[in-house]
Amino acid sequence: MRFTYASAIPVAIIVLAAAAPWLISSYELNLMARFLALAILAIGLVLVWGEGGILSLGQGVFFGLGGYALAMHLKLVMLDPGDIPDFMQWSGLESLPWWWVPFENPVCAILGVVLVPGLFAAGFSWLVFRRRVGGVYFALITQALALAFSTLLISQQAYTGGFNGLTDYSTLLGFDLASDDMIVALYWITLALVVVAFLGVRFLMMSRFGKLLRATRDGENRVRFLGYNPAPYKVIAFTVGAVLAGISGALFTLHAGVISPALVGVVPSIEMVIWVAVGGRNSLWGAVIGALLINFARDEISSAFPNIWLYGLGLMFVLVVSFLPDGIAGLFAANRSGRMAHLLKTLRPGRAA
Amino acid sequence: MNIMVPVEHETPDPRLLLAVDGVTVDFDGFKALNNFSMTLDRGSLRVLIGPNGAGKSTLCDTIIGRVRATSGRVIFKGEEITRLPEDEIVRRGICRKFQTPGILPSLTVRDNLAIAAQRDRRWWRSFGLDIRGTERERVDEVLEQVGLTDRQHETASLLAHGEKQWLEIGMVVATQADLLLLDEPTAGMGPAETSRTAELIRSLLGQHTVLVIDHDMSFVEQLDGRVTVLHQGQFLKEGSVSEIRNDPEVAAVYLGRAKDDAAPHA
Repeated sequence: MRFTYASAIPVAIIVLAAAAPWLISSYELNLMARFLALAILAIGLVLVWGEGGILSLGQGVFFGLGGYALAMHLKLVMLDPGDIPDFMQWSGLESLPWWWVPFENPVCAILGVVLVPGLFAAGFSWLVFRRRVGGVYFALITQALALAFSTLLISQQAYTGGFNGLTDYSTLLGFDLASDDMIVALYWITLALVVVAFLGVRFLMMSRFGKLLRATRDGENRVRFLGYNPAPYKVIAFTVGAVLAGISGALFTLHAGVISPALVGVVPSIEMVIWVAVGGRNSLWGAVIGALLINFARDEISSAFPNIWLYGLGLMFVLVVSFLPDGIAGLFAANRSGRMAHLLKTLRPGRAA
Repeated sequence: MNIMVPVEHETPDPRLLLAVDGVTVDFDGFKALNNFSMTLDRGSLRVLIGPNGAGKSTLCDTIIGRVRATSGRVIFKGEEITRLPEDEIVRRGICRKFQTPGILPSLTVRDNLAIAAQRDRRWWRSFGLDIRGTERERVDEVLEQVGLTDRQHETASLLAHGEKQWLEIGMVVATQADLLLLDEPTAGMGPAETSRTAELIRSLLGQHTVLVIDHDMSFVEQLDGRVTVLHQGQFLKEGSVSEIRNDPEVAAVYLGRAKDDAAPHA
């Protein structure tokens, strides 16, 4: 009875989320779509950090690669043939750089959203994990990567739009991005991708791959001396996380209408980890809830009191890490397994089992 | 570059499984193993004893490739494995149990064994949900052998210490390795658990060759295999349990007296 009740909840939530266009305003819907896009990145972090034990402080890089890949396309489709984007003209460029050219094609751009972060993450993590570098060293390397990436974007203004990033898009595949229909369609696409990412990562977690990934997290040497090479499992987890971050970045760019270095650097990368820490890094639901909750809170609080948001976020992080190591999801898991009930029982001397 | 060069034994003995040939392991001047040699026949049981720091664990580490020999060779099934990658050495048929239980705490007992039993360990074959039928049977067998059938669906971290030791022995067995290296399999066990462990290990001898490290003499007696004594990285004695027990030189080493004290005899 309890089982059927519990299994109906996810379906109800998805139906309710799909009905959102009729329930909330267009502005709110756009906001919701933005945060759902971020939830895709959070789902990836559950695989990388929760399951794989690989703390990445550089998810912003992959988020940015996906976001810029799509944004480059959106900038190019607005141009007359032979023209180059406005910021390139201001910087004195005469013609389109060669590496911008493929993104004129929408198929190339969409492939780029997946392949650029994916290939970069695979190559990078293979080099690092093959050398058996891990733990805090890996976290520091990824943080350095995030710093280098945002610095590079800012310094190469002629090619990247510099500090302002890429913004002012109007159409995607010929559809007007500002129209209400398009906002609803993009919302549904985002929701569908959240569901796909959720189920895909869940399958990975349940498969032998997932077991080996957890096994590697808990005892890399034991796995190695059972005859496995642990590196590929970590590389795959990291790469899947990066691809999801790329898709997340592309969708976010569509919904927000901008991608810039401020969205992909060190601070945003750390915030991404905080969403998942607060939600629960071992739970896909937790990560989604964490991403949505913190970003809604951020939207509310930072528009009212722009100065205190970061303090609030920091405080929340400290509280969760101190009292709820498994995040919000840990609360529910504790309930379900009866640990809470057991705790209450043991507190009453008369009812000892 | 001498990887996989077949070894020219005068007459390659088909019973010979492992030969450690003059291995020295030098940790910045400290010789954990010093020109140590030993051989193991197929299906045999060997117990390695020696005081702390004698180099027992280092020998295991060297065989499985965790530590690399400064000089000397390790030959397994007639092929040199001294410089092979660790996972390749395991695939050739050597598996080791570590001193502190090296189980996979967040997986179920059954999944611990399933990961060990899986024959195809290439990563791109890992995207299925279950292992092959023959491997499932193997897991059932091993569960029975180590007495954890009733607890197979529990998370491994919930096992008692002794059960964790058995589970890890089970994992090593499940790999179907020819040579099992068991590093202190009874560490932290009471007498009852210790004798069960001895029984378990003796039951493995049909299909496996076993090298056990321990210094609990009552356990060594129960095992009743040939004993090799290691001291300061060097070979000291080899013999049956009673021979070793009555050997004055071994006694001297275990009582902590330096060899020089015994020197006047020579």
